[in-house]
Amino acid sequence: MLTAILTIATIALIAGLALSLAARKLPYDENALVEQVNDLLPQTQCAQCGYPGCRPYAAAIVEGTAAINLCPPGGEETVRRLADLLGKDIKPLVAATQPAVAVIDEALCIGCTHCRNACPVDAIIGAHQFMHTVIASECTGCELCVAPCPVDCISMRSLT
Amino acid sequence: MTAPTFDLGKLHGGLRLTANKSSSTATPILDMPIPEQLVLPITQHVGDPAHPVVGIGERVLKGQLLAESDSALGAPVHASSSGKVIAIEPWPVSRRNGDTAPCIIIESDGADKPIERAESAPDFTTLEPDVLLTQILHGGIVGLGGAVFPTAQKLMQARTCELSYLILNGVECEPYISCDDMLMRERAAEIISGAEILMHALQLDVCYIVVESDKPEALHTLGDVLAELHDKRIILKQVPSIYPSGGEDQLVQLVTNREVPSGGLPTDAGCLVQNVGTAAAIHDWVIDHEPLISRIITITGDGVASPMNVRARIGTTVADAINFTGGYTERAEQLIIGGLMTGRSVTTDRVPLVKASNCVLVLSETPSPGAEMPCIRCGNCADVCPVQLLPQQLFWYACADDERKLREFGLTDCIECGCCDLVCPSHIPLTFDFRMAKGRIRELADEKARAARARKRFEARNERLDLEQSKRDSELALQKKSVKQAGPAAIAEILKRKRQQDEED
Repeated sequence: MLTAILTIATIALIAGLALSLAARKLPYDENALVEQVNDLLPQTQCAQCGYPGCRPYAAAIVEGTAAINLCPPGGEETVRRLADLLGKDIKPLVAATQPAVAVIDEALCIGCTHCRNACPVDAIIGAHQFMHTVIASECTGCELCVAPCPVDCISMRSLT
Repeated sequence: MTAPTFDLGKLHGGLRLTANKSSSTATPILDMPIPEQLVLPITQHVGDPAHPVVGIGERVLKGQLLAESDSALGAPVHASSSGKVIAIEPWPVSRRNGDTAPCIIIESDGADKPIERAESAPDFTTLEPDVLLTQILHGGIVGLGGAVFPTAQKLMQARTCELSYLILNGVECEPYISCDDMLMRERAAEIISGAEILMHALQLDVCYIVVESDKPEALHTLGDVLAELHDKRIILKQVPSIYPSGGEDQLVQLVTNREVPSGGLPTDAGCLVQNVGTAAAIHDWVIDHEPLISRIITITGDGVASPMNVRARIGTTVADAINFTGGYTERAEQLIIGGLMTGRSVTTDRVPLVKASNCVLVLSETPSPGAEMPCIRCGNCADVCPVQLLPQQLFWYACADDERKLREFGLTDCIECGCCDLVCPSHIPLTFDFRMAKGRIRELADEKARAARARKRFEARNERLDLEQSKRDSELALQKKSVKQAGPAAIAEILKRKRQQDEED
């Protein structure tokens, strides 16, 4: 009787210690979930969700402060995948965008570097007072370069 | 004649199809005259397009290089006859329906004057394998079985693997097509010569030439040539005519009883497979110095007046080829480039015959499979699938667009042979659905790769900006510090100067 109680108590103690140790040493990694959410986002870094990039938006989703339907470049598909991952209901997208790339009208460009500095993925090349151009293959179509241009020489060309 | 052997591996599934080949094999191969206009697409192979090296208005000679490729995967294009380049422009091609591709258009002068080759090349047996491979690369030779993979690159890849067999594919399992059959009947010696070149290039000692049992004439001719040659390294094998045993992986399984792993190549099973036509083309280039500028094409179907095999210059349009054989019949309805099972329908006969074109099929009516009905889970498709997939499962996942499950169930291994379509009692166009699903999987992978690249660039940019900011901060701190240190002394100095000035005044 006593042996049984002692044995079970010892096992319980060891298991308890192991569990508490594990909980302390291997804390629940919220970052892993953020990474998972971030992987589903299209990485356009366009800030159309209201956050300064895809990862901050992913963090906000995991925290519960942001809805999952704020990413227009991701489309319905991304909303569906996010809903699948997080066990949330699918919501209609707040706004839809078409895939596009930025095009600089090189005859009008004055070389002010404002667009270059605005591009989140370094897809615009050009030095001060020299013509700028967009590397089309790297452009994510985020439109962040359109507004800063003082001569309105950047337009979005639809890819569809 | 050496006795063909029957010790074969087992092929899963497959179908016995009505061959429909006898009408086109009744007459010998006819040489087509050079057409007035040749249309040569600059991409006639899998991989990157070649770049034109001739200009508009330039006169070219037969066999002259028109477009060359400097990428890792590509093949050059040569002029099929002499004449003048009149345009380099988009032209309809048979790659996809309604698709156009850049083509070099030559107005032939009818003289067919060949370009002079510098010297008679040395005997290939004295060449190093790598030199021989480079030579094959310059011949513009691609796999003539239909996949049009550049042959030299395939051989170079194979050189890096441990190989045991070279397999020459004379299994022409698709209905209607008979160009390889006729080639084996009429040019057996060239095929075997090509096999010897390939064996030397790959340093291999065993070559199987595999032919279906319903081609007795081809087997006989090849056997006779081999018997005269006394080359023990080349072995003729006979296989039953079951579609699609001519698929590369299926052939390896059938001949060697080794299975090509999922996502792998025949070289993973120690085999290199080449079409018999490719072997003959290699002979033509290495021995006779003629690059790949013509090929044998089957023109058949109940929509043409006289079905036959012709040897046509690459770049001949389908219309010219059909006119040569006697034109369409009144019942001609549908034009297919390639075979009945894997060919592509085209809407215009202006498309040129390219290195890949093995057959022009004109049918009197579109084979209508009947209305599509729901899947009843009979499992017939799984029984006939030569890759041992479960088409009925894949069908559900394709409908649901479930990329993970599609991969798990091996959609990427589907060879699109069309067997499942034929046996489906509900007439579901499974192969079509799978083709679409494969496209979507590819698209998704592209999207992921793009996102990963954008993310990397974004992170690199942030890192750079942080670095710049911290550099600026530290410089600013340094400046402030030096101002603080130098400040009192400087003020004292200024005050001293001011006092001096006051005294002078």
